Amino acid sequence: MEFPTHSSPHTGRPNRVDKVMLQVVLALIPGTLALVFYFGYGVLVNLLLAIGSAVAFEALVMKLRKRPVTPVLMDLSAVVTAMLFAVAIPPLLPWWMVVLGMAFGIIMVKQMYGGLGYNPFNPAMAAYVLLLISYPVEMTAWLPPAVLAEHHVSLREIVLFKFTGALPDDYTLDAITMATPLDVMRTNLDLNMMISEIRTNPLWGDFGGLGWEWVGNWFLMGGIWMVYKRTITWQIPLAFLAGLVGMASLFWLFDSESFPFPLFHLFSGGAILGAFFIATDPVTACTTRTGQLIYGATIGVLVYVIRTWGGYPDAVAFAVLLMNMAAPTIDYYTRPRTYGHGEMKS
Amino acid sequence: MYVESKKGKTRELWNFHGGLHLPDHKELSLQSPLQSVTLPERLVIPLQQHIGAVAQVCVKPGDQVLKGQLIADSSAPVTAPLHAPTSGSVTEIVEHAIPHPSGLNGHCIVIEPDGEDRWAELPPPISDYRQTSADTLRQRIRDSGIVGMGGATFPSAIKLNPGKPIKTLIINGAECEPYITCDDRLMRDQAAKVMDGARILQHLLQSEVCLIAIEDNKPEAILAMFDVLRQEENIEVVRIPTIYPSGGEKQLIHILTGQEVPTSGLPAQIGTICHNVSTNAAIADAVLHGRPLVSRLVTVTGEGIKNPGNYEVPIGMLASDLIEQAGGYQNNPQQLILGGPMMGFDLSTDRVPITKGSNCLLCPTAEEAPRPEPAQACIRCGRCADVCPAHLLPQQMYWHSRAKDLEKVQDYNLFDCIECGCCSHVCPSHIPLVHYFRYAKAESWALEQERRESERAKQRHDFRIARLERLEAERKARLRKKKESLNAKPAAKKAAPKKDDKASKQAAIQAAMKRAAEKKAKQSQTPKNTENLTAAQQAQIEAVDERRKSAAKVRENHSEPPA
Repeated sequence: MEFPTHSSPHTGRPNRVDKVMLQVVLALIPGTLALVFYFGYGVLVNLLLAIGSAVAFEALVMKLRKRPVTPVLMDLSAVVTAMLFAVAIPPLLPWWMVVLGMAFGIIMVKQMYGGLGYNPFNPAMAAYVLLLISYPVEMTAWLPPAVLAEHHVSLREIVLFKFTGALPDDYTLDAITMATPLDVMRTNLDLNMMISEIRTNPLWGDFGGLGWEWVGNWFLMGGIWMVYKRTITWQIPLAFLAGLVGMASLFWLFDSESFPFPLFHLFSGGAILGAFFIATDPVTACTTRTGQLIYGATIGVLVYVIRTWGGYPDAVAFAVLLMNMAAPTIDYYTRPRTYGHGEMKS
Repeated sequence: MYVESKKGKTRELWNFHGGLHLPDHKELSLQSPLQSVTLPERLVIPLQQHIGAVAQVCVKPGDQVLKGQLIADSSAPVTAPLHAPTSGSVTEIVEHAIPHPSGLNGHCIVIEPDGEDRWAELPPPISDYRQTSADTLRQRIRDSGIVGMGGATFPSAIKLNPGKPIKTLIINGAECEPYITCDDRLMRDQAAKVMDGARILQHLLQSEVCLIAIEDNKPEAILAMFDVLRQEENIEVVRIPTIYPSGGEKQLIHILTGQEVPTSGLPAQIGTICHNVSTNAAIADAVLHGRPLVSRLVTVTGEGIKNPGNYEVPIGMLASDLIEQAGGYQNNPQQLILGGPMMGFDLSTDRVPITKGSNCLLCPTAEEAPRPEPAQACIRCGRCADVCPAHLLPQQMYWHSRAKDLEKVQDYNLFDCIECGCCSHVCPSHIPLVHYFRYAKAESWALEQERRESERAKQRHDFRIARLERLEAERKARLRKKKESLNAKPAAKKAAPKKDDKASKQAAIQAAMKRAAEKKAKQSQTPKNTENLTAAQQAQIEAVDERRKSAAKVRENHSEPPA
């Protein structure tokens, strides 16, 4: 009898890229729902817009490259990018900015480098940074958490505003939007206010911003589940958080009135999302386990440095992109000792 | 981790990096006891079943051979002789499909069994091996054609001459590949023989301790081996955790001793030596009974086989005959693997013989061993590095292999890859990583050979240039000397009579002509002893001439400078 031949191993493959991506999507869901709960339907609209446009751009590029479209869309990487981008941008962002961000992220940052696996920079964060630099006003105008809002913006009002720029009657933009807690903390500290004064603002919850800290908690749940499922390794998130908390603790112990409580840094802004979902993007992160510790810790430290002394209130995107550049070098210098090489135990 | 390795004795175990827990599917072939096969109509015995020089045939078609009779051997230092697996007649010596990943043919001796299975006169048993010298034992092992039967097929006698003191002798009964159970079966059914082999080897190597390592998914084999253990001996049975590839030589040594075999070195360098249990049993047979290696245990398994089980198979039996005796195919199998699913290779046909290194015929159905989907882009997740027992970075090696940057791949220690398949198995992008590494290794070898050849050519070229320069210098020196001597004796020259000069010139011409004539006469003579040649002799002479000519041509080609 004759048989076709193949290369070993001859086992079914238990892992799949789309399964990995699907796990990330699932892990994002609790945090995203919390975001919708606290900040309204704008988040959902962003999500749909981002996923729709990301998938469309990915398909477009595949068509232009004359490659099969379906297998690439089915790997779900565009969906993950879109979700990460959508949960990072303000709910009121005009629709075309969302689309522009995804066009840049998918076409320029991901596909121009060769598509999944070849991009040196995190597409979601690059898109975020592009918008932040180009449209700083829109990108920093968040809605207040629902519990604080004077006016609850309805789905209709959101859609109207996002697509036409029309505000609800009797309201100015300033009346419905609000700066993020990190922004408030920065601005007030720059005004030489004491932390104890700043914290009298109703914006604050137990550790970080009201609402924000709960969003962080839910993202944390998803993140821990991913570590448990081995979707991601523990090295990057742990080192990230340790780096951030380490820096924050150091300065807080030094002067607790000028430098906020360490947990404030963890549960305001994008620290948790960044640690578990963004810095862990395998394509752009370090791959050696030692390298991942260095990579994660450096991002954590950079986040603190940029938040405290840099030009922007939140820093996850910048820190991640900076370290994306360093990842190959870190990998090169953290190669493990191969069996039979180097010093031997006697 | 500590395990009890004999009564009142515990042994520390170490973990190696990575590895996999795989579904083992061993129950499939363990349902029936060891079975023998009826002799097929013909046996095809490849001349190369071992690492080293090909054995030279010492029988010819038409010869009657007896079971155990020497049929091929070689005087090369690294080789193994072959013996007739049964009595019968040699029908032909042909090119036949052999079990090799390349799918190429090899020289084989074909024997038609006479059905009597009559033994030849065997060398005398060495029952008091403890009083026998290591050299005698090694010679017996060599003459019995024993090679590493775990699959490596390295001649055992050579491995047993490490030239260094051996502290730990390891008997490898790990059998970590899924599906394969022939070693398990052997230890259960013939534990005493395996133990005898261990004793012989321990005496031969004078090792301090002998460890028989068995994965803990084979409790019956462990018990059977414990039963034949004698308390006073320095032999221990070590239950090791089941994790693929614990049966890899380097990994097993690490598990048992915590030491690593230095890269491109041998286990003997760290005082260890590792032998498979099947090899052990064959050695016991050779020493205690004088029987050469003419059969082996083979696991025939997979959902594609009607009666999976373990069979004692004469070397040279075709896989197709063996499978037929195992009930034949079922469930429309799409693949036939020689060896296990992780490291075995696909056979393109079942018309290949079982050799000394064939431990398993695996015939899975398409559901059992599904073809991986087309490879996707690497997402750099690093799972490959997590499972690599050699602690390599398969992903980085893959990028460089793909880019054909062979130097970089070697920089990442390509040659420490044992091709265990763990990385390919876990890759979410279904990239055939091991295949890339095999490719990179083969390319590197080819490149290395090319480099060495061009280095040799360059040396030859440099040497030639130097020689030409030397000759030129010598010629110039001679000319100068002559000129000087001429200048020094102008008077003497002038004084010489002119007529004399002419006469001597004439004489010289005469002499030269005579020499030339003689030479011509000599050349036109026919060479001696070339009359009355038989056709065969004539053909031989022509062949020699042809060879000389082509050798001269090769020399000419090689003396040219490298491009």
